[in-house]
Amino acid sequence: MKSEEKVLLRGIEAIGEAALRAGCRCYFGYPITPQNELPEYMARRMAEIPGAVFLQSESELAGINMVFGASVTGTRVMTSSSSPGMSLMQEGISYLAACELPAVIVNIIRGGPGLGNIAPAQSDYFQATRGGGHGDYRCIVLAPAYLQEAVDLTYHAFDQADEYRIPVVIVGDGMMGQMMEPVVLPPFREQLPKKDWAIRGAGGGQSRFLRSLLLDVHVLEAHNWKLHRKYERIRRREVRFDEYETQDAELVIVAYGTAARIARGAVKRLREKGMKVGLFRPVTLWPFPGEALRNLAARVGRFFVFEFSTGQMVEDVRLALEGRRHIDFYGRPGGVVITPMELSRIVARKYHAIQQEART
Amino acid sequence: MKQVIGRPRLLKEAPFHYCPGCGHSVIHRLVAEVIEELGVRDRAIGIPPCGCAVLAYYYLDVDMVEAAHGRATAVATGMKRCLPDRIIFTYQGDGDLAAIGTAELIHCANRGEQITTIFVNNGVYGMTGGQMAPTTILGQKTTTTPRGRQAGNDGPPIKLVEFLSFLERTAYLARGSVHNAREIQRTKKYIREAFQTQMENKGFSMVEILSPCPSNWKLSPVESCRWIEQVMKQNFPLGVVKDSRGQPS
Repeated sequence: MKSEEKVLLRGIEAIGEAALRAGCRCYFGYPITPQNELPEYMARRMAEIPGAVFLQSESELAGINMVFGASVTGTRVMTSSSSPGMSLMQEGISYLAACELPAVIVNIIRGGPGLGNIAPAQSDYFQATRGGGHGDYRCIVLAPAYLQEAVDLTYHAFDQADEYRIPVVIVGDGMMGQMMEPVVLPPFREQLPKKDWAIRGAGGGQSRFLRSLLLDVHVLEAHNWKLHRKYERIRRREVRFDEYETQDAELVIVAYGTAARIARGAVKRLREKGMKVGLFRPVTLWPFPGEALRNLAARVGRFFVFEFSTGQMVEDVRLALEGRRHIDFYGRPGGVVITPMELSRIVARKYHAIQQEART
Repeated sequence: MKQVIGRPRLLKEAPFHYCPGCGHSVIHRLVAEVIEELGVRDRAIGIPPCGCAVLAYYYLDVDMVEAAHGRATAVATGMKRCLPDRIIFTYQGDGDLAAIGTAELIHCANRGEQITTIFVNNGVYGMTGGQMAPTTILGQKTTTTPRGRQAGNDGPPIKLVEFLSFLERTAYLARGSVHNAREIQRTKKYIREAFQTQMENKGFSMVEILSPCPSNWKLSPVESCRWIEQVMKQNFPLGVVKDSRGQPS
């Protein structure tokens, strides 16, 4: 596949190919549905790239720790999993965050809790955006809704991971993983950033060590504040979102990922019927685009949060709007996916209710 | 006058925090001596355990990376796959290696990862205060087996070196002890052989080392060494369990 050329790819392969082009030379992971095509793709492709490492781990627990080991050496590395596997990886992600090690982690979310099912869901929002493991930390969380965006965000995720020395989590679902769309692939990265912090043996120099154990409370507190300052920097610089038909909107749907695709279809239908409805789509779930949402609230009276969960992102929307605006919520957990037409009917009812209120 | 013994160059000038009579200090010294003698200090990377020896990076003058409890062999796998010409070793206790990290260890050994594991077996959880370990022997009293370990309730102790010997790609497996001068010298030889196994890319290598823990055994250092000789050694026979380096790997 050449660069800058439009190709038709499955979602999961698009993410894998973008990772390779970003300089990812190491993949560790354990099979779990609905993301098996990603390790399979990486196994196939990495065999063609000299020096690339693909290894199927014995568990997600081992996999994320292999990621840790590879990251320590300065190699661009990724893993992928789905919800139950992500739970197992949380220990390792906490250590990556503590040791400030870059990694890219793809979570193709499925219905939960427990084994749940393998259908598209967004029920890992809390886990992804609140760190997920133990301790006071965050990961950058990217939520593409379109395959070109998945390619671009994956490519960029490796740069973000290196720049901030942080794990970056890309969330999607089985629908996005399986769908096919034309994408333009970026070129293979020639130059990768230097990593002075990488541990590769002392050479002739002084030996170094990397650790997360900081027994002195003041030392650990200083480390926690240092991490916090990094997170603040990310909050200022890395927020991404998308707006659709919001200029004159009286009601704005807030949705991300696959839910946002469906919401966009619903907005189109509602607009055709003359209803002034728009869409606000967070692309980064952490940092959450709260300020952009507040700005929008200056001219929009009503928000409608739509998620494939019983309501997780809606809490961030409430935090962002701080009670200034009315927020409705509509969620479908458990892997149920509704059509744009169904969603448009539900939103239309709300929209008419607002009009009614305004008249009385 | 010729100096016949001295501080290994790869032991930093830091006083050990270990309890009097603890085996870790001796084992650290042996590891430092072997790395120095083999001339691999500059390309060695060690992974200390979660346990008393977590602070090994304060003492050993080689690059070190701390891993989560039990995950050292997985971290080592990731490192070695990226840096195949480095000498990667894990230093793990019985809880770290033989309980919480068993899955990682077995699969790492089964893949024949070119790494070396130093497995310190003192039969108890040292840092957490003397609870039962997977290697606690039957009848041994610990804080969580106040009436002694019972096979019916806790299972018998795990003999990991023997267990791993059945895996095709384990190349060198030995069990030593640091309870007397003779065994210390033998153990050093095992450690050297294990590192050489890795340098020759012959497969996975591990040395289990019986090590005294006077504080948690509630014995004096001298009594602890005697206990290893009289009791522990009977449960964990010393010697080279497997050396398949002569065979094509």
